[in-house]
Order: sequence, then C-alpha cells, then structure tokens
Amino acid sequence: MSNTNNVKLASELLEKDQEKRSFNLSILTENKSGLLNAVTIIFTRRKINIESINVSETEVEGVSRYTIVIESTREQAEKVVKRIRKVIDVFWAFVYENDEIFYQEIALYKVPTRAFLNGDNAEHLVRNNGARILVIEEDFIIIEKTGHQHETRDLLEKLKPYGVLEFVRSGRIAMSKSTRRTDLFLQELHNHH
Amino acid sequence: METLVNGKETITQKKTMPGAEAVICSLLAEGVDTIFGYPGGAIMPIYDALYSYQDRIEHILVRHEQGAVHAAQGFARVRNEVGVVFATSGPGATNLITGIADAQIDSTPLVCITGQVTSGLLGTDAFQETDVIGISMPVTKWNYQITDAREIPEILAKAFYIAKSGRPGPVLVDITKDAQFASMEYAYQKCTEIRTYHPIPVIKQDKLKKAAALINEAKRPFLLVGQGVLIAQAQEVLKDLIEKAHIPSAWTILGLSALDNDHPLNMGMLGMHGNYAPNVLTNECDVLIAVGMRFDDRVTGDLSKYARQAKVIHIEIDSSEIDKNVKAHVPVIGDAKQVLEALLPLVKENDHQPWLDRFHELHQIEEEKIINNDLYPQSKGIRMGEVVRHISEATKGEAIVVTDVGQHQMVTSRYYGFKSPHSSVTSGGLGTMGFALPAAMGAKVGKPDRPVVAIIGDGGFQMTLQELGTIFQYNIPVKIVILNNSFLGMVRQWQQLFFERRYSFTELKNPDFTAIARGFSIESQKVGEREQLPQAIAQMLSHPGAYLLEVTVEKEENVFPMVPSGAAVADIRME
Repeated sequence: MSNTNNVKLASELLEKDQEKRSFNLSILTENKSGLLNAVTIIFTRRKINIESINVSETEVEGVSRYTIVIESTREQAEKVVKRIRKVIDVFWAFVYENDEIFYQEIALYKVPTRAFLNGDNAEHLVRNNGARILVIEEDFIIIEKTGHQHETRDLLEKLKPYGVLEFVRSGRIAMSKSTRRTDLFLQELHNHH
Repeated sequence: METLVNGKETITQKKTMPGAEAVICSLLAEGVDTIFGYPGGAIMPIYDALYSYQDRIEHILVRHEQGAVHAAQGFARVRNEVGVVFATSGPGATNLITGIADAQIDSTPLVCITGQVTSGLLGTDAFQETDVIGISMPVTKWNYQITDAREIPEILAKAFYIAKSGRPGPVLVDITKDAQFASMEYAYQKCTEIRTYHPIPVIKQDKLKKAAALINEAKRPFLLVGQGVLIAQAQEVLKDLIEKAHIPSAWTILGLSALDNDHPLNMGMLGMHGNYAPNVLTNECDVLIAVGMRFDDRVTGDLSKYARQAKVIHIEIDSSEIDKNVKAHVPVIGDAKQVLEALLPLVKENDHQPWLDRFHELHQIEEEKIINNDLYPQSKGIRMGEVVRHISEATKGEAIVVTDVGQHQMVTSRYYGFKSPHSSVTSGGLGTMGFALPAAMGAKVGKPDRPVVAIIGDGGFQMTLQELGTIFQYNIPVKIVILNNSFLGMVRQWQQLFFERRYSFTELKNPDFTAIARGFSIESQKVGEREQLPQAIAQMLSHPGAYLLEVTVEKEENVFPMVPSGAAVADIRME
C-alpha cells in the first residue's frame, strides 16, 4: 500500500474513532446491592446518557450481566469500559459495536379488545409482524413482539390507529459473536492474575 | 484471644463481643496504632469500645472531621500505610467528603469508618441520617454499609486490602448503630484476594522488551517520575535505571522527593509552574518514559501539543490510565518497582551527554531570569522563594514538608531541597485549600522522629486553623510557616495576567495570626524584614514544641515560569 493510502486510512480510522454511534457494553459482575449505582455514576460523571440498560443473572450462579447501550465515540466508550473494570465487584467489561453482537428487545402493546372485533386487520398485523398475542382480556389485548428497536416501533405505528393504550419496551439484551463460555472466561481471568 | 498488635497474627480464636469492639479488634489485627476522629451519636458504641483499648491504639481527637481525614492522609503518605478515620453519621460523614475526594485523586490509602443510624431507621430522614454510601461512592475506591455485626471483621479486612493494594485509595465503611451494639462471634482473617479485583497486574514481557528497545535506541530519552514510584517504593531502582542510561528525569508534584533534589539527573518539576527545561524539552525528547503518573492537565498543558514527536512508554499500575490523556506507544502495565526491576537489565548503558547539556543550558536561562531573583531577591519585600531556601538550608533538606494549595505550594515544590523519599505531602490533584495544617499534624504523628514543617498561605490557613486546638491538646510539635501576602495569591496572579488586574474578591483582611497561636498556647513570631528570617527560622526549628512563624511576604509576587492554562508546555512563560 502506498504511503498516501496509509495516511488516508489512518485519517479515516481516526474519523471513525471520533464519530458518535451506538456502543454496547457488556459487564460481568457480582450480584450485589449498590453496584448498579457504582456502575452508572461513571456515565453520570461524563454526562453520557444511558440509552438502555438491562441487568440479569447469567448462567453462572451469583454472576450478573449488565447490558448498557450508549451513544458515544469509540474513544470515549473504551475509556468508560476501562473505568468500569476498576469497580471492585466487576469481573470484566466488554465493548461492542452493533455488528459485533446479536441483540434483541422485547416490546408489549396494550390495545382495546374491540379493535380486534372490527374486521381482521389487527389480527393480520400481529401475524405479519412476527408478534404474538400474550393475553386477551375483556377490555384489552396485550401483544408481544421481540425485535430491534425500529421493528418494534414500526408495529407501534401500525397499531396506533387501533388506539394503543400503553406501550413498553425492554432494554437491549445482547450476545457477542464469540464462542467463549462465561464460566471458563471467568476462570481464565482469575488464573491470569 | 491472641495478641493482634503486630498485625502478623491473622486468625484469632473466636470470642463473643459486640460489633463495636470487633471494629477495634479488627483495626488492631491490621496493625493500626493511630486513629484520627470525632465522636457523635451514631458512632458512640465504637468510641465506648475504644475507651478500653486506649493503651494499644492512639486516638487523636480533631476539631473538625475534615481535619481528621487530612491528618490521616498526611499520616498515610509519610508512612506509606493506611490512614484510619472515625466519624459519626450525617454531618460527621459529609465533613469527610473533601478529604476522601482528595485521597481518591491523589491515590492515598484510607479506611474511613462512619457511624450510621440504626438499620430500621435507614431512609426515614432520622436525626443525623445521610446517605453516605451514595455520597461517597464517586470518590472512594470502595465503600460498604454494614448492618449486621457478623460482617465487621470480613468487611474491614477487605477495606484494608482494597485501600492499600494496587493503586491505593480511600475506602469508607458505614456501620449502623444496631450492628455496633449487636453481639457477634469475633475472628479475624486478613483479606488477600477478591475474585473480581486484581491489584497487581502481571507484566507483559513483550511490552517490556519493546520498552527497553525504545530506550536503548533513544537519542533524547526523558523520564517522568510520578507518585507511583513512591507508592511502589521504586525510588532506588529508578535511580539505578536513570544512572545506567543517563536519562534526564523530572517529577510531577506528587512524585516530588522520589529522587533527591541534588541528583545530577533530576531536572526539576513538570507542568504549569514547573521548571523551564523539563517543560520545553518535553517537546524535544524522542522517547518519553512516564512512570506511575497520569498525565494530569496541569502537567501536560494543551494535549494536542504535548510531546507529539515522542514515542511514549507508559509504566502504570492502573490500566485505565493508559491512553486516557496521552496515547502510549508502549504501555507497560504493572507495579512500578516490578517493572523497573525487570527493565533495568534490558537497558544499555549510555551517556546522552549532548541531550543532558540541553537541560543545563535551559536551566541556566531559568536561573538567570527567575531562580536567582526568587532565592536572593534585591527587592525590598520578602519573596516566598527565599523563605523556602532558608527553611531548606536550616533543615538540610531533611524535613517532611507539607504544603497547602496555591503560590506557596508551587514555590515550596520548586525550591525545597528534598533529600529523602516520602518527604513532601501536598494536595496535588484536588488542590484542597486547608489541607496542610491537619496533614502536617498527621505527618508528625506518623513520623515523630522527623521534623515536619507546614508551609501555608494566609488563605488556606484560615480554612482549617481550628486544628491548632488538636496540635495544642496533643502537643504535636509541627512547625507552621504562614507566607502572608494578604491575598489569595494564585487567584490574584491569574486575575493580574488573564483578567486585566480585576482583583475580584481576592484580598484578605487577616487577623493577627500570632495572637491566634497564643490563644492555643503555641509559640509564635511574626517577621517582615529579610534580616530577621534566618534567626526566626532557627528559633522556630530549635523550639521543642509546635511553633507558628508568620512571614509577611511581597503582596503581589507572581510565580514563574508558567504554562498558561490551555497552552503548550513548550510555550512556558518566563514573565
């Protein structure tokens, strides 16, 4: 590669580093009270908004996984991740771009039951959008859909004419494209030190 | 129960006792001999337990909780050990926060124990209840609230381990009053491992080799000494390394005293009010070796114009510091002593004479333009630099010198001739005015055999002067020098240089400081004439007890050189 190409590549990379986009932080921690605060104040201090957060138990007993989505530059995301790793009850933190993970969100929609009684459009919507009916009550129906944000939002737009009573969407959950096993990774982390 | 005083006995036989007593026994098991504190409602059971252990542990009753935490910082810094603080809930706990934040940014190991309201009252706005866990979380390395007495030994063991290991820092343990009262089975085991915490990173050999190769190929290497050198006790191996390859070295304010001032390779202080040569030559070196420092903005000035020509080797125990401010070409993550010891045999001998000459040439310029006039002024008024020179000469550079924040701090750091490590105590990162008097007190308690001189401005002194009461009560023989210019001098200097001399609220109408000292039965003297200085300093140093010397200095002295805020290090101003 010529020198000018190298220079160009370097400057493109630098530009990419400075560009704000979605980053997914995946953090393995002890399951302890107060830890959520210890993690989130790291974002507060840097005035980074948390777009979405999910905390749940992993397949390893006592170990939790935080999935946090932020809008930031690569540089800032990496600095934040390094700082999070310093929190005493954090095992490790990863940073992923959207194309390095598989991710999903779950959305629930509450619509009036009568919307389904007038013709079959609403039912079609559910079928054609990969959603399902979670519960049918006398007054309302709850529809569930799993997908990316734009997909769950699309369905919301389509349901609006039927009178959406309530809409809720979960934080993002994500899995990396690696094949590492959580328990073995934690073991390795421990042995390394 | 086994004797625990020496801290070597780590496991004791079980004994039933109240949680409060378990706190004291845990401290003894950690080898703690001194506590700085202030009692109050929510910590009374612990103070009651302490009453029975006075023969084995000394408690210094301060006059304000901020004084306790700064004293513990001074103690920790000169001993390179954990400082211990007691305070009550609510205002007692919140009064600690400034010192805890200071300890966090300056990596000082502390264990602060606060009393808390009974667990059933948590969250009810009970009398003197405050969420100290929430408040202290951003400024502690770790914190924890104990509501169950049985947790006390384990949590305190963890607290000491976290505070001291790796990059040190403050830990706060909040203990509810019911946990202090409750009976528990006491047994102590030191903490040596936490599964999510790896304080001493394993050094990567490839990085070490790359670092050595860069150093060996360097024509103009330059080494920066940070506090990490002192914390790791790496000063000897550092000296071996720089002497072997003749690498000129300079220090951050917290790295001060790691390298003796008259060492031929010691080129002085970095940063805003540092020396001329090290600042200018930062932008001429080809390899920059940073050891145990974090490239603070007061050191680097404009980052986009900082050492861009150099390959940077960053030796640092805290991996989150790598690439935080300055991109490292070769990061070597590890304990400074371990890294330097491994690096030493890989580094080749070298003399770098032309490069060293550059430092001397530039130093010559600084001497003529600034230093001579600071140390041997012709003007009528006393300059801060000459006071520091006299103190330095009279103590032969062997005192522990504690400074507050501002002009006097910069001048003292520039001109006191430190001869041994762990001898400078100052508030570097947070810049806490009011730090020096209590920190000096703690330093003297920590090292009673060494002279301790606190050099303080008239502004900072008035922020914590209540601690004269503590000095009086415990006969702590610290020497207090107030450099009085009746101004908040550093702010005034900035107003003069950058705000068109609009001296907005920086002039102080000061009390008679010697009269205040007399009120606490502390010997004192005020001088304003150059000729009086040597005699007054000698009198202060030879006095067996505490002593306050007020020196009236030039009212509008400026500290130079100066890298203006946001400027490049190479654009350091001489006037």
